[in-house]
Amino acid sequence: MVEKTPILDTLTYVFLVLGILIVGFPIIYALIAASLPIEDVSKVPMPLIPGDYLLANFTTAWTKGNLGTQLINSFIMASGITIGKISVSLIGAFSIVYFDYRLRKIAFISVFCTLMLPVEVRILPTYEMAANLLGPIQSLVNVMHLNWLIDWFANYDIDISLNLSLLDTYPGLILPLVASATCTFLFRQFFLTIPEELCEAAKMDGASAMTFFRKILLPLSKTNIAALVVIEFVYGWNQYLWPLLITTNPKMMTAVIGLQNIIPQADDLPFWNVAMAGSLIVMLPPVLVVLLMQRWFVKGLVDPEK
Amino acid sequence: MIKRSIFSNPYLPYLLILPQILVTLTFFYWPAFDGLINSMLVSDPFGNYSRFVWFKNFIALFTDFLYLKSIGITLMFSLATAITSMSLGLLIATLANRALKGKAIIRTMLIWPYAVAPAISGILWLFLLHPSYGVVALAIKKFLGVDWNPVLHGGDAMVMVIMASAWKEISYNFVFFIAGMQAIPKSLIEAAAMDGASPFRRFWNITLPLLSPTLFFLMVMNIIYSFFETFGVIHTMTQGGPGGSTNILVYKVYQDGFIGLNLGSSSAQSVVLMSIIIVVTILQFKYVEKKVQYTG
Repeated sequence: MVEKTPILDTLTYVFLVLGILIVGFPIIYALIAASLPIEDVSKVPMPLIPGDYLLANFTTAWTKGNLGTQLINSFIMASGITIGKISVSLIGAFSIVYFDYRLRKIAFISVFCTLMLPVEVRILPTYEMAANLLGPIQSLVNVMHLNWLIDWFANYDIDISLNLSLLDTYPGLILPLVASATCTFLFRQFFLTIPEELCEAAKMDGASAMTFFRKILLPLSKTNIAALVVIEFVYGWNQYLWPLLITTNPKMMTAVIGLQNIIPQADDLPFWNVAMAGSLIVMLPPVLVVLLMQRWFVKGLVDPEK
Repeated sequence: MIKRSIFSNPYLPYLLILPQILVTLTFFYWPAFDGLINSMLVSDPFGNYSRFVWFKNFIALFTDFLYLKSIGITLMFSLATAITSMSLGLLIATLANRALKGKAIIRTMLIWPYAVAPAISGILWLFLLHPSYGVVALAIKKFLGVDWNPVLHGGDAMVMVIMASAWKEISYNFVFFIAGMQAIPKSLIEAAAMDGASPFRRFWNITLPLLSPTLFFLMVMNIIYSFFETFGVIHTMTQGGPGGSTNILVYKVYQDGFIGLNLGSSSAQSVVLMSIIIVVTILQFKYVEKKVQYTG
């Protein structure tokens, strides 16, 4: 600091600790609740000394919420979205920045337009699309009265109905969320800052486009990729509305959705200890990813916007 | 923009951009177009019959008291969430920026709520604010003398969803504020201190104005967050209740479309939401980068 302000400095630390406690309070409290038996957790106020039921509550939450299957589903969905988004965006941005072709501008604008539109605003039509991937072709058939045409042509009554459903499948959980332009945009911004000389030198040495991509661009993008892995994994793991719509089969449910089943309802016994244990299990993977990769995550979150 | 030094290949660039175009077309453009068409159709719930009605769905929407109420609720909810989490984020960031030691540990301890799903934040706060078991609810009842019951009172339910949504976003705001503060040149602060400006005065007259781009950017991001990503909070905590008092726009689209099966109205609502976010995005790109800067 610039000058000596002992009182203010002490106050700073006091309030800082207070702030950290307030931010951490829900989790600390959940952790204590998850370690108590039901008799204690339903006392008002609940005792603040942790009990020794932590493992028991975790086990109950695990079996009651069927968390094993659901965590695997969440993991597949989150990694699918992460890998899908990043690889699609990497090659897309490479194409837009390092090549000149007739449809380049149109491709860029059409991707750019989707930049901030979350799946939440187009749920119904996207759901219809996932329910039948061939829907657009079907409506084309209907509009052009192809049924009639075929009837007439083949003299045979056929009803064309095309159906390819993504409901209750992993691609259905993943693909619609891969369609976002944020990563493409960020990689484009990053590629534009890479010195021209690198590409010139690579070309002079006779490297092909894909060699340049693999040997130079990819290693340079490492930090950005690491940051996006964190951001997209958290994003994918925490998705709510889309998995809620697209999964009806309990075997395909994701963990965040499944937690709904272990929240005590009005006429249940107040098993809040189990609900808290379940919540802690489900929040652990993304929290770990953020904490372990904190350095890249903060850089990736803050830098692109600057 | 494009590089000066580029590759040329007749088919490779198309092949590289193809996956992106394919997912955007199937899961973005076609649904958006479909939604636009559906918003101008009236159909029965079984999809047997539909009729083109131009803008009737929109007119019905904007003359529907419930929809207008939902708009009001959404505005209040998102403003309250954004202001709460931004001011707490700013406060903590200011304190953390003053701290001389332990910056890394402080950051670690503040950053992780970012990774908590909105729905899980909803469950945690549902317990804390539970009218009969919650400890925060008990404190509210005791110290504020309020008859706290979010299951029955709309206002309490609103406060509850705001707390759950704002808590999760504090760390996001904190990360941006502290990065913004660290980017402010030390010399400016020192010069002001030499001129006798107190720490508080330096905050108001130097730090805050220089943070204005960050403030504006975070305002946009927080409003987008509370408009769309808080679906999980609403779904786990109140399901839009009691009596529609926390029924924000995104939740209403879901309720009308998937539970009420009113496809026309739900599509029209989606189109309204899309227009809102398009306007916000354009605003952000126009102003965030250029206009909001400290001059003078």
